[in-house]
Amino acid sequence: MDIDFIANILFATIRMGTPLLIVAIGELVCEKSGVLNLGQEGMMLMGAVTGFMIAFHTDSLFIGFMGSVVAGALMALLFAVVTMHFYANQVATGLALTILGVGLSGFMGRSYVGEALTNIDFQIPLLSSIPFFGKVLFSHDVLVYISIGLAGAVYWFFKSTRAGLVVKAVGESPESAQSLGLSVLKVRYLAIVFGGAMAGLAGGYLSLIDTPLWAENMTAGRGWIALALVVFASWRVERVVFGAYLFGFMSIMHLVLQSFGLSVSSNLLATLPYVATVVVLVLLSRNQQRIKLFAPMSLGKSFHGAH
Amino acid sequence: MRIKLEARGQQSKLMSYASPILAALLTLICGAFLFWMLGKSPMQALHTFLIMPISDPYRIAELLVKAGPIVLCAMGLSICFRANIWNIGAEGQLLMGGLVGSCAALALLDSQGIWVLPLILVAGILGGMAWAAIPAFLKNYFNTNEILSTIMLNYISLNILLHGVHGPLKDPNGFNFPESALFSDWQTMPILLEGTRLHLGVSFALLAMVGVWVLMSKTFIGFQIKVLGGDERSAHFAGFKHKRLVWFCLLLCGGLAGLAGVGEVTGPIGQLVPNISPGYGYAAIIVAFLGRLHPLGILFAGLLMALLYMGGEMVQIHLDLPLAVTGVFQGMLLLFLLICDVLIGYRIIVHKSAPKIVKQSLSIEPPAVAIEGK
Repeated sequence: MDIDFIANILFATIRMGTPLLIVAIGELVCEKSGVLNLGQEGMMLMGAVTGFMIAFHTDSLFIGFMGSVVAGALMALLFAVVTMHFYANQVATGLALTILGVGLSGFMGRSYVGEALTNIDFQIPLLSSIPFFGKVLFSHDVLVYISIGLAGAVYWFFKSTRAGLVVKAVGESPESAQSLGLSVLKVRYLAIVFGGAMAGLAGGYLSLIDTPLWAENMTAGRGWIALALVVFASWRVERVVFGAYLFGFMSIMHLVLQSFGLSVSSNLLATLPYVATVVVLVLLSRNQQRIKLFAPMSLGKSFHGAH
Repeated sequence: MRIKLEARGQQSKLMSYASPILAALLTLICGAFLFWMLGKSPMQALHTFLIMPISDPYRIAELLVKAGPIVLCAMGLSICFRANIWNIGAEGQLLMGGLVGSCAALALLDSQGIWVLPLILVAGILGGMAWAAIPAFLKNYFNTNEILSTIMLNYISLNILLHGVHGPLKDPNGFNFPESALFSDWQTMPILLEGTRLHLGVSFALLAMVGVWVLMSKTFIGFQIKVLGGDERSAHFAGFKHKRLVWFCLLLCGGLAGLAGVGEVTGPIGQLVPNISPGYGYAAIIVAFLGRLHPLGILFAGLLMALLYMGGEMVQIHLDLPLAVTGVFQGMLLLFLLICDVLIGYRIIVHKSAPKIVKQSLSIEPPAVAIEGK
């Protein structure tokens, strides 16, 4: 095993972890405001298909990503309306959003299956030619750096801004927040739509950069893994970053194992990220007290106080 | 004019039955609009989508063949949902039932006799139960959230199934196609109606419906499940065994979903293939809610869902629209149902105009003056 091999593994780990990081950060903000949106998978798929369709016709990745963000945000808006104005159960609505996203994205993208975008290569000049670190840290696409900046911004938002405090207050106790004159609905709208926009962006990352093509159900459960990731990180940004890259590593584990000459069926190795998710959930949820301590108090509960 | 929601004193029974019908109508209207946007005549498209699938006896038989596994899964899910156990894993349990049943069938490929098929069915049921036992065990002893564990198990089971058909279970004489050997006549479901694909497995759905109805409305364990779902603390104070109920609900659901899976491979398919289910396990979630978690309601909702699957095939053949139209209708149906369900707990109040309290209080004399005058 040589140094180039390790560099390649680390490079792929960061690349696979990036979409997970983006969607998990979005969901973290959403959950901090007390809303559990299980529709990540559906929003990601809508982001992926919309981004691909737009980029395919405009030949612009940037406009494509804009489309992804808008598509994810619109799906989230639908979730917000149904849960907050029609008092629908958040779990059921999230499931519905996923089912709708799977169906609608498959429907919209039907004629784009098999088409491909010409891949772009983004590298930071000079720095990327440093041996080892150049490959691992400086030769990624721009979204990798944006996602890290995003995580930093959200960390700062919750740690040092008043708005971050407001979001947390709404998530812990919407009744108290409302009695202080904060608009629970407005805060939750913004948090949900932000979550959706990030899910859309992550979906766009998959269809525009990771594998520049569209395939039905191409997110392959990443939205669900991201949900587990937020629990894993006990709603802390820095742990989400760590967790995302850990799961990114899990999803390229088969390449590592195969390079050691292990001949296991690729289908069985493909189960590794899902098995890892279950194992992590089991280890974490053994201690219920710990989850109760870190989870936003009103997570998943409808708020009826606004009327 | 202002529209406002006002809480009803108690839940409206009428609305809980009207809501699914209203949701279906709204889905229909949106569907017509969707077809119109795609440049098809809405009436003709809806006719192709909803009427054509039931226009002759063969197609009605096909509808029942599709409704069978959906209803079986939804019956099992309804018991879990009644107990407030969010089992999303019917799809994985169905796939496992199909896989384990196929393993049994392939092991008995040369056997003949009336006992072969029941043995395969039992293997399939056990496969589904074993797969459902994992989230039950994790929930009971590690407090693991069943939504995420069952979803992950769905992906895992699909990959294990793919491993099976691409590897050890592949037909050695099959020209390298990812398919198992064809099952023999002793191993496939007998056909109930000559000239169609209507097979014995479909009648299991009816049996399950009666069974679930008896369980939920006539037995003590059904009562315990309802109490557990209604209020967990009450169930605890009443001394009901929480863990045992979780085991019971998930294993029962796993068994029914497993039966649905093995019914597919020994029924209309007749061998193990990579895609034994077009998302029946997920569709069953919608069906369970649409049928109000009631066995009879689930039967009707299951037929409607099968109609959506058939309709998708019809518009693909006749109108050159993608099959995925079914998925769009499924998503709309569940979303509209959740929206319409608000009417169960709330009534809509329409004010003709906003109350003009401010103006009135300005036009009369200040009350302070009146008191002074006295």
